[in-house]
Amino acid sequence: MRMLDRVSRSPWIWSWLAAFVVWFATIMVTGGASTLDLSQAALTFAAFSIIVGIGQMFVITLGPGNVDLSVPSTMTLAGTVALKLMDVDNAMIVPGLVVAVLIGIGVGMLNYALIKALRIPPIIATLSVSFIVQSAAIWTNRGLRIKPPSFLADFTTANSFGLPNVAIIALIISIFAWFLLEKTVYGRWISAIGQSTPAAKMAGIPVDGTRFVTYVFCAVLASLAGYLLACFSGGAALNMGSEYLLMSIAVVVLGGTAVAGGDSNVPGIWGASLFMFLVVSMLNTYGLGAGIRLIMTGLIIISVIMLAGGRQPGAR
Amino acid sequence: MRLTISADAIRLAIPALSLTMLLAAVFWLQPRAMSYVGLNLLFNLAVPIALATIAQMLIMAVNDLDLSMGTFVSFVACVTATFLRDAPMIGALILAGVVMVYAVLGVVIHLRNLPSIVVSLGMSFVWAGLAVLLLPAPGGQAPDWVRALMTMKPPFAPMAIVVSVAIAAAAHLLVMRSSLGVLIRGVGGNERSVERAGWSVLAARAAAYGLAGFFAVLAGIALVGLTTSADANIALRYTLLSIAGVILGGGEFIGGRVSPVGAVIGALTLTLAGSFLSFLRISPDWQIGAQGAILIIVLALRLLLNRVEKREKGR
Amino acid sequence: MPRGAVGPRGEFSWSKPTSMTGDKPKAIVEVADAKVSFGAVKALDGVTLAIRPGECVGLVGHNGAGKSTIVSVINGGLTPHQGSISADGDILAHYGINAARERGVRCVFQELSLCPNLTVVENTRILHRHLGGFGWRKRAKEVIERSLDAVFPGHGIASDRSVGELSIAERQMVEIAMAFSDAGVAPRLVILDEPTSSLDASLAEQMLTYVRHFVAAGGSVILISHILNEILSTASRIVVMKDGRIVADRPAADWTDQSLVEAMGSVVKGEAHRRATRDLAAAPVVIEQGGRGMPFRAKRGEIVGLAGLAGHGQTRMLMKLHAAKTSDWLPRRDLAVTFVAGDRRLNGVFELWSILKNLSIGSLGDLAKRGVVNAAAEAERGADWKRRIDIRTQDLANRILSLSGGNQQKVLFARALSTRAPVVLMDDPMRGVDVGTKQEVYEIVRQQAAGGRTFVWYSTEMEEVCLCDRVYVFREGAIVAELAGGAVTEENILAASFRGAEA
Repeated sequence: MRMLDRVSRSPWIWSWLAAFVVWFATIMVTGGASTLDLSQAALTFAAFSIIVGIGQMFVITLGPGNVDLSVPSTMTLAGTVALKLMDVDNAMIVPGLVVAVLIGIGVGMLNYALIKALRIPPIIATLSVSFIVQSAAIWTNRGLRIKPPSFLADFTTANSFGLPNVAIIALIISIFAWFLLEKTVYGRWISAIGQSTPAAKMAGIPVDGTRFVTYVFCAVLASLAGYLLACFSGGAALNMGSEYLLMSIAVVVLGGTAVAGGDSNVPGIWGASLFMFLVVSMLNTYGLGAGIRLIMTGLIIISVIMLAGGRQPGAR
Repeated sequence: MRLTISADAIRLAIPALSLTMLLAAVFWLQPRAMSYVGLNLLFNLAVPIALATIAQMLIMAVNDLDLSMGTFVSFVACVTATFLRDAPMIGALILAGVVMVYAVLGVVIHLRNLPSIVVSLGMSFVWAGLAVLLLPAPGGQAPDWVRALMTMKPPFAPMAIVVSVAIAAAAHLLVMRSSLGVLIRGVGGNERSVERAGWSVLAARAAAYGLAGFFAVLAGIALVGLTTSADANIALRYTLLSIAGVILGGGEFIGGRVSPVGAVIGALTLTLAGSFLSFLRISPDWQIGAQGAILIIVLALRLLLNRVEKREKGR
Repeated sequence: MPRGAVGPRGEFSWSKPTSMTGDKPKAIVEVADAKVSFGAVKALDGVTLAIRPGECVGLVGHNGAGKSTIVSVINGGLTPHQGSISADGDILAHYGINAARERGVRCVFQELSLCPNLTVVENTRILHRHLGGFGWRKRAKEVIERSLDAVFPGHGIASDRSVGELSIAERQMVEIAMAFSDAGVAPRLVILDEPTSSLDASLAEQMLTYVRHFVAAGGSVILISHILNEILSTASRIVVMKDGRIVADRPAADWTDQSLVEAMGSVVKGEAHRRATRDLAAAPVVIEQGGRGMPFRAKRGEIVGLAGLAGHGQTRMLMKLHAAKTSDWLPRRDLAVTFVAGDRRLNGVFELWSILKNLSIGSLGDLAKRGVVNAAAEAERGADWKRRIDIRTQDLANRILSLSGGNQQKVLFARALSTRAPVVLMDDPMRGVDVGTKQEVYEIVRQQAAGGRTFVWYSTEMEEVCLCDRVYVFREGAIVAELAGGAVTEENILAASFRGAEA
C-alpha cells in the first residue's frame, strides 16, 4: 500500500499511464494484430525525443528562464557534417561520431559564452546561436543528400533482443543521465541551482561552471541525436531537427520535470516521449488527422501545467 | 535647462542607427533599390512582422513571453483565407473570439501564477492543430478588400513603409502615452507598487494579452493580404522573429522596458537584413545566420552602451 | 468600544500624566493596544499610538524594536492580531491600504516603491488613480512638479525622465515629493521611513524644512531616522520603541541625543552572557577586506560581530567576503569560507530537498569520491549532526519544509559547520528563532571558536553582538567604529550606530 502511495505521487507515473492508455486504445482497434510493430515503432521514434529531451531537461532543471532553443539546428548540423565526413565509408564511423560530438561541444560553449558575456537570457542567446548553426548546416548540406555508411544505416534501423537499437542507446544514455542526476555531486549542483541560484552560490557551488557544463551536455546530446537520426532516416535533411524544438520542451514538461527548475525526472521523459508518438498513431488508427493530434497535445500540456501549478512566485 | 539624452532615446538610437546603416549599405550595393518599387520590394513583408512584434512586445511588457506567436499568426492567416472571405460574419466572430482567448490566457497565467512560456508552448500546439484542421493543404484565398488594402500604392512612399509608420504611431500612443499603457508597463516594472496603489494587476495583464491577441490577428490578416493564400505553417518563423524584433528594438525581457517604435524598427531591420545579404551576394545559405549575427552584434552594442551609461551615472 | 479621551493608556508606567484632555483635535489615526506576532517573535506587544493633526512624531528604536511593524499597521498594510484602529475618532473594522489612502495616509518606504521603467509623470499617474482621462499627462506633471518644487526648491529633476535613470538621491526625492503630492486626496499623515538615507545634508535640510511647514499647516508626519539630530530638530514629540513596546513618549524638547540613546538601550540584557576576553593578539589574520571606512580584519579563532542598524552594509560586507574567497567556475577542494543565511527563503534552504540533502550540500566535496556521492558517508554525517545540533525530526529524509523555522535554521548551521572551512560567515541567522535554539547555537559557536574557527557574525540582536570578541559597527555602508573586549556594550554600539564615528 505504501509502495502504491509512493508510486502514485511520483510525477513520472502520469506520463507512463497516459502512454499505456493510448497504446492500449490503439491495439484495441487494430485487434492486437500489430502490437509488436506498434511497440517497436513507438520505441524507435521515441528514442530520438528521449535523447534530445534529456539534454533539454538538464538545462530546464537549471531554473526559470533556462532553455536551449539551438537543439534543432545542432541536430541538423551534426547530422549533416557527420554524414559528409563519413561519405558512406564504414571505416569513418568513429571519426564521424567524434566530429558530431565536437560540434555539440562547440555549440554548447558558444551558447554559454553568449549567455555569460552578453548577459542575455538563455532563450535569446541560444536562439541567435541556432540561426548561425542553421546557416552553417545549410551551407554544408548544399541540398545534397549523402547516404549514411551502410553499417550505421543497418544498425539504426535494426533490433537487438527485440528492442530497436536506437532505443537501447537511448536507454544507456538515460541510465547515465539518471546516475548523473541522482548519484553525483554535479547532479546535486544543478538541482540546487535550479531551486535557488543565490542559495547555491552561498553554499559554495561553482554556479557558472555547472551551468556551462550543462549547456554543453545538452548540445552534445542534441548532436548525438542528430547523428543517429540522420543515419536512421537515410540522410540528413535540413528540417530534420525542426520538430524537436517544441518536442524537446514538451516531453520535459509532460514528463513531470518541474518547469520552475530544480527537479528533474528521467523516467518521465520516456513516458512522455512514448506518449507523444503513440497519440499520433492512435489518432491515425482512428482516422483522425494531425490537427486533432496537435490540439490534444497542446491541451494536455496546458492541463499538466495547470495541475502542477506555479511553484515559485514571480517565476514566469 | 540641462541637456540630457534620456536612456530611452539611447535605447532607440541603436536600432535606428543599425537600420539606417543597413539601408545605406543596401543602396550603395544596389542603387536601383532607392526607388518606390525597390523600397516596396525590400520591405514587402515588414508589415505583418511589425504587427507580430508589437503583439510580442505587449506580452513582454508584463514580463511574460509568447512562444505561440508564429502558430497563432498562421492560424489567423488560415481563418482569413477561408472564413473571412467566404463568411465574413463568422470569420470576424472567430477572430474576436481568439482575441478573447488571449485575454483569458492572461487571466489564467496570472491567477495560477503559471510560467507563460509553457502555457504558450501548449497553445502553440492548439493553434497549429486548428490551422491544420482549417487548411490541411496550402490554399484559401485572401478577401479582396484585404488584398486591395495591402497592395495599395500610396503616393510618395510605398505601402509597407506607410503602414509601418502608422503601426509605430498607433502602438506608441497606446503603450507609451495612454493610461492603460502606463499601467501595463508599470506591472512589468514593479508589480507590487502598482498593486499598492490600488490597481488590479489581473486586469492589466488581461488587457496586455488581449491587445497582443488583437495585434497578432492584424498580423495574420496582413500576411494573407500579401501572400494571397495561406497554409498552416505560413508564419512559424514569427515566434522567433517577433522576439528578436522586440530585443533589437531596445526592449527587454523583464522590467517592462519596451519601445513600440523600436520594435517596429527592429522588425524592419530583420526584414531588410535578408534583402541586404542577397544584395551582398552572400549565398542565401547564410541569411538566417546573418540574422543571428546581427542580433548578437546589436545586443553586444547595447551592453557596451549600458556600461558606458552606468559609468557616467557612477560619477 | 469608543474611546473618549485621546492619549496613551494608563497601564503604561512610562506615560507621564500629560494634559491631553478633550480640547485637542481628534487623531488622524489612532492605534490602540495593537499586538502583532510573527511566529515566536512578538513584533508589537501592545502598542498604543495616536497621531494628531499638526504634529511630527519622531520614532526611534534599534533593530527589531517594532518601528516598521507599527508603520505597516498605520498605513494599512498589516492588520494587527489584536487591538483596534480608529481614524478621526471612528473605530474602523476594516482598515486597509485603500482605506488609509482615502484618509490621506501616505508612506515613503525604505525600498524603492516606484516603477523604474516609467517616467516620473507616469509614476504619478500610477499612484493617483483618479488622475485619468484626456490630458492626464499635463495634470500629473503639474501635480508632481508642484510638490517637487515645494519640497526641494531648485531640484532640477525633469519629470519626463524615467525613474530608472535618476540617481538614488533623485529617486528618493521623487518618492518623498510623491508622498506629499496632492491630486484630489490631500495628504494628511505622511510616514517617512529613513527618508534622508541617500540625500546629502542640504537636501535633507530642505526636506526637513518642508516637513516643519507641512506640520505647521496642520499636517502630520511620522519620521523615522537613524540620524538623531534630524529627529530632535524636526519632531514635536519623540516616541522610543524597544522589543515591540513603546518605552518612552515625550515632547521633543525634553530629549537630548544622550537620553535618546539611553532610552533605546536596556541595562540588564546581554551582560549575563559575557564571556572571558581571550587573548588573540598572536593569532594570524585569516580574512580581511578593505573598503570605505575602517578596514575589516578577522583573526583565527575570533568571533567578530558586525553591528549597526539593519541594512547599513553588513550583509554586503559578508557577500564581499564570500565572493572574494569562492569561485563561480571551478569547484574548490578546500573551502575557505562558508555561509549561514539569515533570509532562509532567499539564499538558504533548497525547498524541494530533504533535510539531509540540505545539510550535506555544503560539504559534498568531502563526501564524494570522483564526483560520486557516497550515500553511506552522507547519511552518517547527517545522523552525526542531527545528534550534535539536535534537529527535531523523525527522519532526515523528510522535506526541509516540514521543519519549524528554528530547526531549518539549525540545518543551515549544520551545513556550514560540517564543512572544513576555517571561516564561517553568518548573516543574522537567528532572526525569528526561539530562545532554546539560540542558546544551543551560541554554545556551538563558542566551542568551535575555541577550536580555532573564525566567525564573522552579523546580528541585529544586541545580545548576540555582545557575545563577540570584537565588533565592527556599520553606518551608511561603512565601518564607523571598532569595539573590542570590554568596550562591546550596548551603549557604545547604539551610540556608534546613531551618531557615527565621533561616538
